Amino acid sequence: MTAHDPGLARPNAPTTTYRYDEFDAVFVRERVAEFREQVRRRLEGSLTEDEFRPFRLMNGLYLQLHAYMLRVAIPYGTLTARQMRRLADIADKYDRGYGHFTTRQNLQYNWPKLVDTPDILESLAGVEMHAIQTSGNCIRNVTADHFSGVAPDEIEDPRPTAEFLRQWSSAHPEFSFLPRKFKIAVTGADHDRAAIMVHDIGLRILKSDAGEIGYQVVVGGGLGRTPFVGKVIRDYVSRDDLLAYLEAIMRVYNRFGRRDNKFKARIKILVHEKGIDEVRAAVEAEFAAMDRSVFSFDPAEFERIAAFFTPPPYEALPAESAKLRTQGVEHPAFGNFLDMNVSPHRVPGYAIVTVSLKPIGGIPGDATSQQMRLLADASERFGFGELRVSHEQNIILPHVKQDELLDLWKLLDGAGLATANAGLVSDIISCPGLDYCSLATARSIPIAQAISKRFSDLSRQRRIGKLGIKISGCINACGHHHVGAIGILGLEKKGQESYQITLGGDPTFSASIGEILGPGVSAEQVPDVIEHIVDFYLAERREGETFIETWRRIGHARFKDVLRREGEDGADI
Amino acid sequence: MPALKHPQILLASDLAGGEVVFLGAEGWERDHARARVARSEDEAAALESFGKAEIAGNKVVDVYLADVEVGVDGVPTPLHYREKMRLKGPSVRPDLGKQAKGGAHDRS
Repeated sequence: MTAHDPGLARPNAPTTTYRYDEFDAVFVRERVAEFREQVRRRLEGSLTEDEFRPFRLMNGLYLQLHAYMLRVAIPYGTLTARQMRRLADIADKYDRGYGHFTTRQNLQYNWPKLVDTPDILESLAGVEMHAIQTSGNCIRNVTADHFSGVAPDEIEDPRPTAEFLRQWSSAHPEFSFLPRKFKIAVTGADHDRAAIMVHDIGLRILKSDAGEIGYQVVVGGGLGRTPFVGKVIRDYVSRDDLLAYLEAIMRVYNRFGRRDNKFKARIKILVHEKGIDEVRAAVEAEFAAMDRSVFSFDPAEFERIAAFFTPPPYEALPAESAKLRTQGVEHPAFGNFLDMNVSPHRVPGYAIVTVSLKPIGGIPGDATSQQMRLLADASERFGFGELRVSHEQNIILPHVKQDELLDLWKLLDGAGLATANAGLVSDIISCPGLDYCSLATARSIPIAQAISKRFSDLSRQRRIGKLGIKISGCINACGHHHVGAIGILGLEKKGQESYQITLGGDPTFSASIGEILGPGVSAEQVPDVIEHIVDFYLAERREGETFIETWRRIGHARFKDVLRREGEDGADI
Repeated sequence: MPALKHPQILLASDLAGGEVVFLGAEGWERDHARARVARSEDEAAALESFGKAEIAGNKVVDVYLADVEVGVDGVPTPLHYREKMRLKGPSVRPDLGKQAKGGAHDRS
């Protein structure tokens, strides 16, 4: 019998997501009870704040600018309708009626009280959720492509692998006190929607020449104050060797990663300072020397996990809905939604819907409890009760019949959730910034709102095309500004908020770190600068060229020049 | 008793609830208008000393002094925008935080 004996799995589990077995359920319940006792001891004074802080961080509880903040893990961004409703209920009962979906596919509550947190965690445990390892120097929530299992370009659904890694890394005694936090992302598709090149470890599922599934392993990517694109450490690791190989990487990092300076403690610094060849040699030596038997691949266990992610019972449908095109013409706003927020599905007659949490002038990633409940209802009515959170801070309904898209759109539209801007200039990634975060040096949300309003005309946005703007309120880069085609970093300059703009970032397989455009500008100037950049791109682009393609073709200097000239002409940029 | 370059107040977060509080004449206050203002190094040291004791007493966490200017009405206002934010709440949600209630006394 293993810890995850298939015989212990719960009956009637939904087909599309992992369900806790008794081992998982007991583990999470015990952690809740443990934290309840720690909170009690803290409040009575038998634990000091220094003693308590690591415990609360291990359970996802931060102290922020105005209140505590609880970060709830959403493994690989997958949620059931029941879980989404519970998140809404918690928002109403213990918080202020909303939540913030993050760039790591998690959810943050901004106003919980310490005294309520054990009850919140217990409520989460009731729907097989927790906040474990959403903070601290450990392996964080494993993220994945938000189109997992439904993308036409997919080799294999990455979620079984991500779940496999979640179980391996949860409460792993050797990796609970790493030099720094550690983030893993997995994709199984030809297009990287999980930003694997800028994670500590990025895994890309591949098929070998022999037809076997394995992984390309990328290591040492990351954003923060010292951004790096990850480097391939192994072109191919078989599934049999995956856990052992990752264990070897973690051991090398745990041993050689710097603990003398937290700003140099991430594995990206180790890779940068030692070089990928030296790190690879150390990992391979560890891999060769270690007892791999304890990490040997258990096909039955993998299959048990994979079985939770079997496709839902799709109907046999024509590849394309006969009425969809007509409906798009009859309802132009729906037509726009189809063009921007609906993606092809691997199953004929179905579609993937991106629900934008970026209404014009809204707060990126925020959803009210009412919206969460509506999304839960929508997922049950239209999509087998499953939802995803994207690292772009949107919600995905992954299994919608094309014939039902119009009805879904009407439902979303009534709740302010039908903004047809997925991937466009107003689909801005933004961290909470100084409106909430104690680490922030400047606000980021108001900048996102101002840009969104400046480009509020959706037809103009569509003429501009796909363009990723990403905003961080400090150098820690939670808003991924380094990999924004246009990145914005909020800093403090002479006691004022100042914004540094970068161009040319790319979070995909062709990853690149953006280059600084020039001196920082004020909050009021940011929309003007962005508009100048966009206008210059529109003037220079060739047919079909994306922003990043134009930027790469004509070069950064041209963009710098035009901004400098605009400044000389009196635009004060 | 050397004067401070700028007057200072003592901020903290309430341990149990997390709300921002200010040290006043009779203990922790939710309204910065009631904060005790230190104008000399000795007065600031006294505030800090009291704050450390309150940390040890498990009432508050994250205690620190912030520079302020004092208005004609006697109300201290922080000089730095970060602490100005803490007095109010998120600038993008005027319905939340201390700013939402027309004063910080009401803790609904």
